[in-house]
Amino acid sequence: MNTFLEEVNDRMGGVPIQSCFHCRKCTAGCPIAFAMEYNPNAIIKMIQMGMREKVLGSSTIWLCASCETCVTRCPNDVDIARMMDTLREMAIESGVDAGEKNIVKFHEAFLSSIKMGGRISEPMMLVHYKLKTLDLFSDMGLGMSMFMKGKIKLLSPRTKDMGSVRKIFKSTDK
Amino acid sequence: MKVSYYPGCSLHATGKEYDQSVKAVSDALGIELKEVDDWSCCGASSAHMTNFKLSIALPARNIIAAQNDKLDMMVPCAACFNRFKGAQHHLEKDDSLKAEIEEIVGAKYDASVAVRNPIDIIYNDIGLEELGKAVTRKLDGLKPVSYYGCLLLRPPEVCQFDDYENPYMMDGIMGALGADARKWSCKTDCCGGSLTLGKTQIVVHLVDKMMMMAAEAGANCIVTACPVCFANLDTRASEKGRLPAFYFTEIMALALGLKGTEKWFNMHNVDPKPLLTSLGLI
Ligand code: SF4
Ligand code: SF4
Repeated sequence: MNTFLEEVNDRMGGVPIQSCFHCRKCTAGCPIAFAMEYNPNAIIKMIQMGMREKVLGSSTIWLCASCETCVTRCPNDVDIARMMDTLREMAIESGVDAGEKNIVKFHEAFLSSIKMGGRISEPMMLVHYKLKTLDLFSDMGLGMSMFMKGKIKLLSPRTKDMGSVRKIFKSTDK
Repeated sequence: MKVSYYPGCSLHATGKEYDQSVKAVSDALGIELKEVDDWSCCGASSAHMTNFKLSIALPARNIIAAQNDKLDMMVPCAACFNRFKGAQHHLEKDDSLKAEIEEIVGAKYDASVAVRNPIDIIYNDIGLEELGKAVTRKLDGLKPVSYYGCLLLRPPEVCQFDDYENPYMMDGIMGALGADARKWSCKTDCCGGSLTLGKTQIVVHLVDKMMMMAAEAGANCIVTACPVCFANLDTRASEKGRLPAFYFTEIMALALGLKGTEKWFNMHNVDPKPLLTSLGLI
């Protein structure tokens, strides 16, 4: 059986994450590090130590905003942003309890909106998200004001060839 | 010149003033737009954060749809731009992935479409000199800071756009319009992007810091080319230091004397009209 480290490296492709020499440049430039449970470079160390549950269940992997600052600046070309994407995929597949449930629900709502209409319908996506999180009232005022300003409409044109969009979702579903 | 045009979902909703101002500015500068046939969503961050293949297949469907037009593809939304560039990068370096995606989309990817942001098209194809000649109202007194965020620039080998640590094209455009673009150090910082719904406080923290830095640089507004950044700047800053945000094309339309600006400004959450009125620009 592969170790956690091997599994992450295999799925990521590219530079193996143990090329990291822990200079912490990634963490120093990470805009979200202040809110993270474990810093980006700590996650690498934890993967090397085989701490699968802690890593996949951490808030860090969901808080990462994919801003790509870390990989742009890493002296060893370690692709932390891609690593975070990979860990999110692995967390979903393994069914561990997500460290940040609302963020996962946001992504689910977003993707199901594309699946339904080919394009994002922001009101539909928000309704989906609000129902999933039961966070019904935050941003209500903002949503209403955008609606009144004619920014968001209830019905917007969809993709006509929905067959091709559904096929994409079906073929990439794991 | 003629380009194919991919508006993307945001530009038909919360980023409506970006769509309309891109169209107005393109028309004024002689750039003809042909919308990509039956386009679909690029999958944005939600697809690439949770499902790699989906994040390649969704943009690929649109790039392939644009291939027939045999034109460069203008993609104003920074998030869509990033997803398109990312998909091209992977498709062009991984043959087995390319074969799999072609099978899913049901057509061949021929690597012929150049994906371009309007900043690049205006700066490089129209040029600052031509742009300067089209200005009918110099933007005296307007002191913007250019804000690029993440998605136009990173990773640099994928985006291949402007200078990735200190980009200059938007400042150049602002200068050609007579505005006094201020130097600041947050051009490429992250606004927190899609965390805005699930983790609003993080975005408020990041946006507040940016507003503070912009004010310190002597700016009176922020210009951007990203609907995600715009929405966060326009709705998430705390009361204490809100500067109005603009899409760079709205500012261009103002300087070119185009119709529609008033209507777009009315859609903003932070009203930019008091600033523009005080400068005598509207
Ligand atoms: S910047 Fe690169 S080498 Fe330095 S700690 Fe981060 S991942 Fe490791
Ligand atoms: S991509 Fe994620 S981990 Fe890297 S700097 Fe940005 S937020 Fe931090």
